[in-house]
Amino acid sequence: MKTFQPPERTRLVDVQGIGVRREGRWLVRNVDMAIGRGEIVTLIGPNGSGKSTTVKTALGILAPDEGTVWRAPGIRIGYVPQKVAMDRSLPLTVERLMRLTGRHSAARIAAVLDMVGIGALARAQVHTLSGGEFQRALIARALIGAPDLLVLDEPVQGVDFSGEIALYDLIGTIRDETGCGVLLISHDLHVVMARTDTVICLNGHVCCSGPPDTVAASGEYAALFGPHAARSLAIYRHEHDHAHLPDGSVRATGGAGHVHGAHEHTHLKQERGGHA
Amino acid sequence: MLESFFTRAILAGIGLAAVAGPMGSFIVWRRMAYFGDTMAHSAILGVALALFFSVSPVAGVFVIAVTAALLLGFLERRGMLSADSLLGLLSHSALALGLVLVALMPMVRIDLMGLLFGDILAVSVTDLALIYGGGVLVLAALAWLWRPMLAGTVSEEIAQAEGLRPERARLIFMVLLAALIAVAMKVLGVLLITAMLIIPATAARRLAKTPEQMALYAALGGVVAVLAGLWASLHFDTPSGPSIVVAALGVFALTSVLPDKSKGAT
Repeated sequence: MKTFQPPERTRLVDVQGIGVRREGRWLVRNVDMAIGRGEIVTLIGPNGSGKSTTVKTALGILAPDEGTVWRAPGIRIGYVPQKVAMDRSLPLTVERLMRLTGRHSAARIAAVLDMVGIGALARAQVHTLSGGEFQRALIARALIGAPDLLVLDEPVQGVDFSGEIALYDLIGTIRDETGCGVLLISHDLHVVMARTDTVICLNGHVCCSGPPDTVAASGEYAALFGPHAARSLAIYRHEHDHAHLPDGSVRATGGAGHVHGAHEHTHLKQERGGHA
Repeated sequence: MLESFFTRAILAGIGLAAVAGPMGSFIVWRRMAYFGDTMAHSAILGVALALFFSVSPVAGVFVIAVTAALLLGFLERRGMLSADSLLGLLSHSALALGLVLVALMPMVRIDLMGLLFGDILAVSVTDLALIYGGGVLVLAALAWLWRPMLAGTVSEEIAQAEGLRPERARLIFMVLLAALIAVAMKVLGVLLITAMLIIPATAARRLAKTPEQMALYAALGGVVAVLAGLWASLHFDTPSGPSIVVAALGVFALTSVLPDKSKGAT
């Protein structure tokens, strides 16, 4: 698979050999990770494999016990954390949430809310939103400041399946349009991987990393997630196809409706050409 | 105009309510009610030490309240005991220590009831200057901290990742709270300060759609409580501090039966 190649590999974040230890136990160790402008990096791994810890360390929320973290000076970050627990005593409209960390015009707020599909909820109180709506609001909030790096820790929890695809497509489109880097943590491997440039497979340390095809085919990946995961990944990529345009951008070609059997995954590469 | 003790009381109460509203809103949002209470209780120890070292009680209360907050932060990070156990430990130890220390200084005569419940009718012009001077400073600092504090209230992680330094904001907020307690102690006493932080803010909750509205309504509700409480204390000859708190409770009861504005979609 041809991955999206940014014209210049401007580093946004570079993490080398980091380890985080809590109460004598290493949560993660020896993790290297780099994200460049226009690049989508996805962290996958089982529960407790240190995905969130790695991301928080890269963002400076946690201090590493070993290794180094470098962030581009003046970098603008848009972050969707795994959990946001606000007290219900805080009155907050969706509109006001959009201005949480910076000023934005009403037009910009309306546009971003429309993009994530909750344009009608601008004046709703945040605590009345459903789980999926709240996640969309958080994604909108992270996008609104046109960040250099978008960091999303399981951003589509609670969102229904078709909404999930639309949101990941949106994230991909934003990357294409703004050239921002994206660091993603996701359980929805099959949905995410189609647009990912680099997959980092974590389990306390980096098990394997590289382009999605390579990782999915690797023994470490199958060992960690089982052969079933590798298979479903292939199905999805076939089903939800997209085209790489000459200018390096990615265009969805729609691909709803035709799910093929698991055996198809071996033909994936040939068939992709036909769809594009 | 300031010759009347009653006018001074009204002005002092209004000044404190205006600051307590926004500060109290953050305390409610961040579930820090007991934390504020602990800082206020430690004020007794601050007064005792101030008397012992012959410094201003306001300074003594401020220093001890900040110390209590820092100590709490340190103990919390050690992670052996939960925050509310630590608060209970610090709160009542500081109160008891203060009372014991005061009793050990036989040459010092102290108005214990005044310390616990305040004496708003004894406010001097100097006190008023302190309340308004300090109040303006605290509100200005809070306005400056507003964005990082609010972002940190919604999500400490978002605020941190997006460069707003919420930890620094929280530290400064704590210092502001200590300053407010030091200034308000004479007026409301250590047992009632928390009430003026919490009750008007909770009363404002149902009417507000945004954090800023809630802070404003909390300040207004506090002012109403001060006016009604002082009027009642004059009329029924009841103690003024508790009367103000009872009036604040009345404001809360009133807004509780009003229709819930925050749920509206408009």
